[in-house]
Amino acid sequence: MSTAPQAVTMADERMTKRAIAPSRGGRPWTFYLLATLFTCYVVALYGPMICIYILSFQDVRGGLVFPMKGLSLHWFVDLFTQVRTGDVKGAFDRSIKLAIVVTVITVVVSFMAAMAFRRRFPGDNIVFALMIGSLVAPGLVLGIGVGLLFNAIGIETSPYASALGAQLSWTLPFGVLVMFAVMSRFNPAWEEAARDLGATAWQTIRLVIIPVLAPGLVAVALFGFTLSYDEFARTLQTAGPQNTLPLEIWSMTLNVTSPSLYALGTVTTIISFLIIGAALGTIVFIQRRRGARAS
Amino acid sequence: MAVLRGDIELAGLTKSYDGVHTVVQGINLKIPDGAYCCFLGPSGCGKTTILRMIAGHEDPTDGEILIGGENVVGLPPVTRGTAMMFQSYALFPHLSVRDNVAFALRIRGLSKADRYRKTDAMLEKVRLSELADRLPAQLSGGQQQRVALARAAITEPRVLLLDEPLSALDEQLRVRMRLELQRMQRDLGITFVHVTHSQLEAIALADMVVVMDRGEIKQAGPARDVYAAPRDRYVAEFLGGQNVFSGRVDAIKDNLVSFAAPQMKHVAVPAGSSRVGKGDIIDVAVRRDDVDLIRPGIDLAPDTSSLASRVLAVEYQGNFVKVMLDATGEDEFVAYVPERVFFRDPYTIGDVVQATWPCHLARLLAKTTSPTA
Repeated sequence: MSTAPQAVTMADERMTKRAIAPSRGGRPWTFYLLATLFTCYVVALYGPMICIYILSFQDVRGGLVFPMKGLSLHWFVDLFTQVRTGDVKGAFDRSIKLAIVVTVITVVVSFMAAMAFRRRFPGDNIVFALMIGSLVAPGLVLGIGVGLLFNAIGIETSPYASALGAQLSWTLPFGVLVMFAVMSRFNPAWEEAARDLGATAWQTIRLVIIPVLAPGLVAVALFGFTLSYDEFARTLQTAGPQNTLPLEIWSMTLNVTSPSLYALGTVTTIISFLIIGAALGTIVFIQRRRGARAS
Repeated sequence: MAVLRGDIELAGLTKSYDGVHTVVQGINLKIPDGAYCCFLGPSGCGKTTILRMIAGHEDPTDGEILIGGENVVGLPPVTRGTAMMFQSYALFPHLSVRDNVAFALRIRGLSKADRYRKTDAMLEKVRLSELADRLPAQLSGGQQQRVALARAAITEPRVLLLDEPLSALDEQLRVRMRLELQRMQRDLGITFVHVTHSQLEAIALADMVVVMDRGEIKQAGPARDVYAAPRDRYVAEFLGGQNVFSGRVDAIKDNLVSFAAPQMKHVAVPAGSSRVGKGDIIDVAVRRDDVDLIRPGIDLAPDTSSLASRVLAVEYQGNFVKVMLDATGEDEFVAYVPERVFFRDPYTIGDVVQATWPCHLARLLAKTTSPTA
């Protein structure tokens, strides 16, 4: 083709570039509009949580509303010593253990499902629809349903049976969808190359597929853990006689009227951040290690 | 090292994915030990499927594959003694260059020290020693290709299978890597089977070129035979460098075929051993660099064919000039005139010329209905 149209497009490009990113100095008015919008969003998102964190550090005179009365760790001590606040420590313990079990099952099953769905098989659409269906079902109803079913069969509801199942109905579809996205960037030629070099199916999974997908698997684990640790609706009717942490917090909002409720909020947030930090740290570590060998 | 022979024999090899369409249709072929063999054809002609069947990544629907005399159908790739270099190289992204190359040795259970010693020797061979700790993503296309080659070669295969190994590279690099492949093949002394859609690549590299079309072999033989003596119109056109035109046979005299069409009255083609009769429509090929251009009115030597024509276009190519003519109606007719000859008396578009060639240089082509012999 002639060079004339190219020259025109280049001129166009220069013009649009000027409109979007002007020379140093004044930004366009849209920048300020969007920046304001984003600030409002951040305030609306974190403001309420920050209020709770601040109020949890009051002293013994503290109440449930501003203004702040004094500054101490009184309500944190109260949280773990007072009987009237309920069994926070036990609930926390149960929630973490349950979340770990849910995480392991979610990672393993999501990985296997994503491997299976790389190929078409009879009824694959139905299996997929059934799996996603439990995401759409209202959690509370699903939880009640699981409770009822256990009741009808005559099995006591308990954390590692009914609650585990109810939570998996929530974490598995999420995990599988994330694994689909992760798997879409996996080149099947890598598997073939491994086979060509003599690897068995199991060696291919262990030496190629899992290491390549490792960051994605950590992401799925993080998803599974936080969804379970946080889960309320499906767990309410299925946890059995003893509460998980979200259930404990909920019951505390009904009968505890002191800032120790806020202290609990602060503690659980710190733990969540620690877990997220650990997960991200693992991903960074994996990538750093690969990078280090390749200095 | 190469105790095992790397000759390949394909016997009635057939592949169909759906039972209706056959991608590979009963191929018979012998590739000698230590040959550089190129499968050449357009995309979808079944050449990659054949390669994958030899590698063991695809099972034939019917037929046999013999490597070194033994049937390998059903055996996994390792026991066949083949190694494959994939089109996009398929280097493991999480492993360094050294660990990529060492992968097969790791599978075989060699200790770390042993496998790194062997790997480093191999990296030396492909001149990648200083990049051993890099990740594949940090390498250029040419370097990645060398890693892929090293990773395949470390298994000490008797056959190396290369699936479009140069297609991911830019033009200059492709020419350099072509030499590299040739050098590696000489060094290793094993059979290379290379799949490509580029005739330049095929004739530059191969001892044996296999031209394919729609699952069938059209012609197989040394590069020079296939280029200079194509069997039929398809091969001639795919390899290029030939003018192909057809005409109705008028008479056969002294083993020379003459044609009925008035514009072809000065064309005669040696009949050779092919059996043609009066009234048959036959294809004729003449190499583009065998065609001389002469101003009209100049007398021709005896035993020279000529076609009167007009110059349609002239393209300067550096060492020669490509002159396009309207000599044969709808078929493209081109003369490659050496640069010095052309500029002694240059033609311009619209000039009337005679395209001439010595009669014995033209060839009769087989009818496209008989694919294999």
